[in-house]
Amino acid sequence: MSMELDVFVGNTTIMDMEVYQLWLDGLTVSDAVKVRMDEGALLECEANAEVLTSDTMDQFRTFQMCERLLHSPTKLGSQLLYQIPAQNQRILIERYYEFDSVFAREVLGKKLSKGTKKDLDDISCKTGITLKSCRRQFDNFKRVFKVVEELKGPLVENIQRHFLLSDTLARDYAAIVFFANSRFETGKRKLQYLSFQDFAFCAGQLISYWTVGAVDVWEPNDPDMDVDLEKEFLHELKDLKVLVNDKDMMDQHKILVCAALRGKIKVYKLMEVNFKNLSRALINLASKLTHTKDVRDLFIDLVEKFIEPCRYDRWTVAEITLFLTHYTNAAHCLGTFRYQMIWDRYMGVIKSCILQMYHE
Amino acid sequence: MPGKLKAKIVAGRHLPVMDRASDLTDAFVEVKFGNTTFKTDVFPKSLNPQWNSEWFKFEVDDEDLQDEPLQITVLDHDTYSANDAIGKVYIDIDPLLSCEAATVISGWFPIYDTIHGIRGEINVLVKVDLFNDLNRFRQSSCGVKFFCTTSIPRCYRVALVHGFVEELVVNEDPEYQWIDRIRTPRASNEARQRLISLMSGELQRKIGLKVLEMGGNAVVGYLQCFDLEGESGLVVRAIGTACTLDKLSPGTAPNTTTHTNTHTLPNTAPASNACNSPSKDSKEPVFSEDPPHPLSGPPTPLRTLPSSSPPPFSPSKPCSRQSSSSDTDLSLTPRIGMGSGGSVGKEAGPLKTLLRQHTQSALEQREFPIFTLTCFPPGFLVHVGGVVSTRSVKLLDRIHNPDEPETRDAWWEEIRQEIKSHAKALGCHAVVGYSESTSICEEVCILSASGTAAMLNPRFMREGCLDTGGSDHRLSRQPHPGMVGSERGEGEVSSTWLGFEDASPPSCGFVHIPYDEFNMPFPAQLTYCYHCRRQKVPDVLFTTIDLPAEAEVTGKGCLIQARLCRTKKKAQGEVNATSISNLLPFMEYELHTQLMNKLKLRSMNALFGLRIQISVGENMLLGLASATGVYLSALPAPGGIQIAGKTPSDLSYDQHISTMQKRIDDTIAKNKELYNIHPPKLFTLDPEAFTGLNTECIEEVVGSPIPDRQRSSRLFRSTSESSDELSELDLSHGKKDAFVLEIDDTDAVEDIQSLLTDAPIPAGFYSCNTEVMPGIYNWTSGLQMFTSVRVYRLSNANLTNQGLNKIFTDLCENLLKSLYFKLRSMIPCCLCHLNFTVAVPEEELIQVAVTAVAMSFDKETQQAADKALTRGSGENEEQLQFSMELCGESTISNNQPTAKPSGVPESAMVHSSRVSSSERCSPLPEGRSRSLRSTRSLPCGAPVTVVKMTPLSFLPGTRIVKYLGIINMFFIRETTSLREEGGVSGFLHSFIAEVFAMVRAHVAALGGNALVSYSMKECVFMENPNKNQAQCLINVSGDAVIFIRESDQEAIPPLLSSRQTSSTGADGTT
Repeated sequence: MSMELDVFVGNTTIMDMEVYQLWLDGLTVSDAVKVRMDEGALLECEANAEVLTSDTMDQFRTFQMCERLLHSPTKLGSQLLYQIPAQNQRILIERYYEFDSVFAREVLGKKLSKGTKKDLDDISCKTGITLKSCRRQFDNFKRVFKVVEELKGPLVENIQRHFLLSDTLARDYAAIVFFANSRFETGKRKLQYLSFQDFAFCAGQLISYWTVGAVDVWEPNDPDMDVDLEKEFLHELKDLKVLVNDKDMMDQHKILVCAALRGKIKVYKLMEVNFKNLSRALINLASKLTHTKDVRDLFIDLVEKFIEPCRYDRWTVAEITLFLTHYTNAAHCLGTFRYQMIWDRYMGVIKSCILQMYHE
Repeated sequence: MPGKLKAKIVAGRHLPVMDRASDLTDAFVEVKFGNTTFKTDVFPKSLNPQWNSEWFKFEVDDEDLQDEPLQITVLDHDTYSANDAIGKVYIDIDPLLSCEAATVISGWFPIYDTIHGIRGEINVLVKVDLFNDLNRFRQSSCGVKFFCTTSIPRCYRVALVHGFVEELVVNEDPEYQWIDRIRTPRASNEARQRLISLMSGELQRKIGLKVLEMGGNAVVGYLQCFDLEGESGLVVRAIGTACTLDKLSPGTAPNTTTHTNTHTLPNTAPASNACNSPSKDSKEPVFSEDPPHPLSGPPTPLRTLPSSSPPPFSPSKPCSRQSSSSDTDLSLTPRIGMGSGGSVGKEAGPLKTLLRQHTQSALEQREFPIFTLTCFPPGFLVHVGGVVSTRSVKLLDRIHNPDEPETRDAWWEEIRQEIKSHAKALGCHAVVGYSESTSICEEVCILSASGTAAMLNPRFMREGCLDTGGSDHRLSRQPHPGMVGSERGEGEVSSTWLGFEDASPPSCGFVHIPYDEFNMPFPAQLTYCYHCRRQKVPDVLFTTIDLPAEAEVTGKGCLIQARLCRTKKKAQGEVNATSISNLLPFMEYELHTQLMNKLKLRSMNALFGLRIQISVGENMLLGLASATGVYLSALPAPGGIQIAGKTPSDLSYDQHISTMQKRIDDTIAKNKELYNIHPPKLFTLDPEAFTGLNTECIEEVVGSPIPDRQRSSRLFRSTSESSDELSELDLSHGKKDAFVLEIDDTDAVEDIQSLLTDAPIPAGFYSCNTEVMPGIYNWTSGLQMFTSVRVYRLSNANLTNQGLNKIFTDLCENLLKSLYFKLRSMIPCCLCHLNFTVAVPEEELIQVAVTAVAMSFDKETQQAADKALTRGSGENEEQLQFSMELCGESTISNNQPTAKPSGVPESAMVHSSRVSSSERCSPLPEGRSRSLRSTRSLPCGAPVTVVKMTPLSFLPGTRIVKYLGIINMFFIRETTSLREEGGVSGFLHSFIAEVFAMVRAHVAALGGNALVSYSMKECVFMENPNKNQAQCLINVSGDAVIFIRESDQEAIPPLLSSRQTSSTGADGTT
């Protein structure tokens, strides 16, 4: 005797959000049943294993049938096939698009193309996330990327409008799209210590201050305003070179910074010695950003040229904060330095990125 | 040319990609009605086309308007090849033909394709301009309202109940025509859908004509069914109850309840006389009505069955009725198609003349005094006799002349005649809660009909003053002038009916026996009513109706099911039919025994909503009986179940028996606790006390005149003396009985095992198959209608009956368990209207489908309600005491300390309590009670209207303000890529979801926000996994309505007599 067919259809679609999570995690029905049993589902309603299996299969099937709609969440609200309360719709969508940051970290900055998909197997092994779940997360990235890539207007808003995600989640997706678009290098061994959240924060900074949308009010004709860094700005960054090329200016700068920091940081001595190197590192970084290749290497450069030396000298975060603050401000006091606006725009982002990326 | 139909195609959305190259679609729409077709322009390269077409106008006969659906086909334009169909929408425009229903159909409809399912949506506007047509000879019946609801619809009152209407149309099934071999499955499916849609329309129109002829304006309890007879054709048949309904204006609604009955109109029913019911051969008295004197028929063991069980009751009045033995013949053998029927029953010729007089009122003049209603206006139902049912096995042959489907008509006519004569045998002149069904396997067809024999108040049938019916002679015989609340009082002066009797219908009247105490149609234990103590009542009552509003129930009810599987040899033709009809009586008997045992085990004494389905397959028969058990306070407390061993010598055996006995007693005690069955001491004996008393009398067989034939029966009736209390009350006739199960063979052990293995319901759940659960009043608005289908494959071909029974029982039990688990988030909750359908789609497959609604209730307020109930019954006691005083009985031992005298007229209490209870149910403000206007879906991305669906006739906490028309839809879905669609489960899951979606869309387009009295009448599933194919047919129906939440301004009097609220019949007006 065997169950040939077993379905349950409610006028309002019944969805058990705990089972949904198991489904999203890519468990098989039998694994999910095991998990549910361990969690004590059998204690409810005098259920037995058979009941639980039937319920789990049914729920998994329901989710699978809804998956198509979740690919374009706006349809979920207007479709007629499943009557799902608005509250549940929101949860369904949000959870479907949620991802493991470990996974996202692996994919970050890679090209979201089919080729990468083959790497999913490896990622799955490495992270312990089921392949099925990896696929879903990767496909989500790709789908969001494809949709917003073509769109004009603010990135986060576009994502929110088309995928009905919460603000936080939409920002994370914006980061992923931004990284995938600019193909930032994140995979180098030296960058491994950085988490997805670190990069997402940096991406947020870049999007907020270095893209076209950061300064201009959006106009319909602006292409990709949030996805690409503002070319003009990158070009103007070359002007900052004066800070290292002009020796007087450099000395002056150092004096100002040292005056401000004396007695305030433990690593003062080392800072005084290294000031020129550090400053040169930051300024050179700025001047190179016109080349796509160097933009991609932004993070690795920051780590190699600035963060590692500081870490070597055992700077604390507080000390770096102090240093960067005064380093930035001191430039304003240089009478001959004319690029205050660009300087602030550049240093603001660099400073917060470094602080985020600097793990003691 | 009396109608102009106008349709406008507004837009489409979510269309499928039809052109792979561009990932887009060039869609256009064909709109077809009858033979006229219009087309929209092609809207190129879009998945969300905006056609915004002109109004397409069809000038048509109203006859066509009723028969034909509007057909909308969405196509993809293709320059080089034939245009591809995307899908279709059929719109039934019947709701637009009645001025009281919908005025416009407007909304998004899913575009449906029988192969691909739903493929996008289309926004359509439809209107009808009707010209008045006074032609007397017209063939149309526009304006007659149809309701699936089996009670008087909520915003109407009934002026007159005309009676039974039926019609049947026949056609060839397109699936079996020669052309089917050369056309695509899609074309074939569409031909079938279209045909059935047409046939339903025609059927409805014809029934409408009959209603108009009778002078009515509505059909209530409309039940339409399809018989897919395969080669021999396609039958669409319908039955219903013709009524004249008056619309209640919203303002008056609440308070008119009690007056609704006073309207009477001339009886326009056809006066065909059917007194001489020719119950020639076999009828099949189902449970309750086995007569004591078998006139013929095989000496089956069944006979004893009734002795222990059943039924009915009646006022003791018509003593002078001289009845010979009842005319039900006992032969339980069903009729066989070829006329070779089993036994010959004999008509009780001398059907008491008096009885005839008595019934020769309005009812008797009808051909079929049959009503499909299950809930009645107050005062309508006088007495209930018991369940009557008939089954007949027929061999199908090709229907030669579809225009004159005489055979099928004749078959049903026979069946209805039998039903009628069964009712007569029970001393009843009418049958209520009537339904018909078929089960077809190859060329064999079992026709079944069942209902509840009843005495009705003729006032509703014809002019009141002419009534010479029962109440009159009742009156003359037993003039107890002072009695309030007894039906006797009503008859006294006919004018008093109008105000008086209606105001307080006796709460126990309906259980009083309608037949003659001294010539009972079958042996039954009669006692004096435990409520009024004036009339006789039976010990157990089985009915197919819902619990009447006025019924007083102790504790809560529960779903009781009997399940049975019987193997049979494969056979052809007549042999097959004969073997099936030979099996039927045994199955009925077994099912009945099971029901009775389970009822006793729960310490209950009445079944409502009894539905017995027997399904035939090639090598087995399935029987499933479902009902809701309750403890009616007016009936005696059920005795326990006693186990008796046959071979008393063996010590270990004795021990075994006593262990079992203990388990049974424990279960009974536990159930009493569970269902809160604590009858007031005054009226009932403690069954436990009882068991002690009657142990010695086990072998005494009482009330069965045929003890010798009981060899094989394990059921006996034992008696014991009633308690002192009872004798003081002069209720000495009340004999207590314990049910005795004699274990003399393995069967009995099985029985007991199965009795005890029914899984208990998880805490927080209740279940019933009636409209609502007695004892629960404070529903919240939490509501979940669902359908669940399971198919089991029996892998082992050589199963015994027992093995099969076990499997079948487990299947049902597990299904229920799964439902409870799935709905656990709604606790505390009650599954209402649990409707099981079983089928044997193929050899070795068992299919079980369940549709029900889970409704949650408020635990907090439930307790308050329970208290109120106590108060309510105290209230009731007041009345009772009054009557008891008149009879010189003691009144004091009332154990309801909270009883308080009240001057509030009962009717007022009824109403108020209902309102208040619903009021309390609505504290969950749902955002969806948006104004009606806004529920219309707009072409833009307006949110989808939430449409509630329920098999009940109401939604708790709401008021139905408008009925928009009947929804009756038939869909076929087929696939040739079964695996890809997720296997059979995936396929059926999405199909059922699609059907729900289409139903909701139609309701929303009519402007409604709910579908009530929903039912899935057909769910035929066929698969061929080897070919990766499957096909499924589903037929659903219901009433589209607009409901509003109960508003706060309505009266909020205290919860009195809450029992009243449990019934749906009480408030035709709410």
